[in-house]
Amino acid sequence: MNKATAGSWVEIFQTVLEADKRAPQVPDDTKKVPLELKVKGFLVEAAELGEEVEIKTFAGRKLKGKLNKIEPAYEHKFGRPILEILKVGPQIREILAENEVE
Amino acid sequence: MPVNDYQAVMARKNEIMKKAVGINYEQFSQSEIAFDYELMMSEVGYQLSEIRNIQNETGVGNTPLLELKNITKLARKMAPPGKGARIFLKDEAANPSGSFKARRASVSVYHAQKHGYPGVVAATSGNYGAAVASQAAMRGLKSIIVQEVFDSRGQGQPEILEKGRKCEAYGAEVLQLSVGPELFYTFLRVLEDTGYFNASLYTPFGIAGVETLGYEIIEQLKEKEDKEPDAVIITNAGGGNLTGTTRGMIKAGAVNTEIIAASVDLSGLHMASDYDFNRKSFTTGHTGFGIPFATWPDRADVPYNAARALRYMDRYLTVKQGEVFYITEALAQIEGLERGPAGNTSLAAAFSLAQEMDEEQIIVVQETEYTGAGKHPYAQLNFARENGIIVKNGDPELEEAGKSVIIPEHPAQIKAKELDLDSIKLSYLKNLAKKADLKNINNFELEFIAAEIKKTVGEVKELLKQELKLAIDGG
Repeated sequence: MNKATAGSWVEIFQTVLEADKRAPQVPDDTKKVPLELKVKGFLVEAAELGEEVEIKTFAGRKLKGKLNKIEPAYEHKFGRPILEILKVGPQIREILAENEVE
Repeated sequence: MPVNDYQAVMARKNEIMKKAVGINYEQFSQSEIAFDYELMMSEVGYQLSEIRNIQNETGVGNTPLLELKNITKLARKMAPPGKGARIFLKDEAANPSGSFKARRASVSVYHAQKHGYPGVVAATSGNYGAAVASQAAMRGLKSIIVQEVFDSRGQGQPEILEKGRKCEAYGAEVLQLSVGPELFYTFLRVLEDTGYFNASLYTPFGIAGVETLGYEIIEQLKEKEDKEPDAVIITNAGGGNLTGTTRGMIKAGAVNTEIIAASVDLSGLHMASDYDFNRKSFTTGHTGFGIPFATWPDRADVPYNAARALRYMDRYLTVKQGEVFYITEALAQIEGLERGPAGNTSLAAAFSLAQEMDEEQIIVVQETEYTGAGKHPYAQLNFARENGIIVKNGDPELEEAGKSVIIPEHPAQIKAKELDLDSIKLSYLKNLAKKADLKNINNFELEFIAAEIKKTVGEVKELLKQELKLAIDGG
């Protein structure tokens, strides 16, 4: 899906500060890279990925940027169970049960 | 057309801020060093009774105070005979947006509405964004949240991605930035562009909103146990949680309770480093915020920060990331409360601290936060592994932030570390000495400094003389 119709929910991308325009106090590794921005909103006019577009955000502001994603997904998750954590429950139940007289 | 490069916007900072918070901070200035903190809190803020009404309108506060009987029992299994204080927990996840930050946002959003601002803006990667967005939704205001989310590879921290999602769920515009302190620059530009209210974490509104939390703890514990807590333990980052809670406790008459700060130990990681950004498993409640804000509160986005933790702190403990993940799992498994890890920082410290205290004593852990995808031990530990961090069972003492997360093999290994509070207070003085000439300070200013770091005037003089080689005349 490279094309988005007007009214689509999209994410735009902007370079806010080029690497050489960054704040003087940032550490060296951060100074090597630009300050970038992503923001979501409704696409004002139909466009293709990578084109300069305008969006209307939830707050009603019109913002410009490069069309970065169409219908951007929330991809954060829980992921696989972690064995080191799974062991905690049985272990502490066992400790709680030690020397207990019912 | 204003010039919008970094320096030009930063130079307009004071003017932008004045409009966006509607507070003339100059009226509180007393000298180059001193300002009238209490006057600022009483003149600008609201009375506690008014705040309770404001919070009632939007369902904020009155969260349950729960006794953690099984965690207490577990701590007693590790403790010497007669030791193992009772641990109570203020379940702040029960607030509308899932954390105590709803209290902090409630007054700012109310104030913005009352004064006719069309919307609110907050610079935060934390739970505060969701709190502002939720309160704004309730009061019919627009909201914009500015977050630091991803590194130069475009990889977002899972916990912050979740917070961003939650803000959008409440109808906020969310500006998601890459790593760097210039978030503040973007924030200023948004304020200038919109004319919205700056719902800063650090105004008297925000801090006064937290006072109800401390007040409720005292009220609820008196009702349940007919006593005040022996210690209250507070997860510390920017200092507002500790400041507001303690002020509320004092207003409820509790002046003898020990106030203990707790942070996750992230020493060695640089908070503005693109490389370090995704090598931590906690995005708040850690020393990377806790120490800089305690030792120089006025680094915040307002001229005088209302969050001044050293004024109220009696002890400062740190715990390791692995210890907090362990206790988060324990809270779910034996107390039936699944809550977010960062909010359990103080619980991990309390589990260790309880073992030093007598069985009759009471510790209150003063917050929890909601949990969900991204904001969960599994999500964080999977993410840590993807970023080359070693995750294993072992002795958490050996954990190195940015290199390993060590989950204790046994709960007896959860041992909070005591930070030397005096050396933190000395750092405050050194930071002050960088900003102002301390050679000719007067008694009045000495009193201000003494209040700032919870010392006597005599002790401050001694510290200046011994440590900064400054002999102070007068009195």
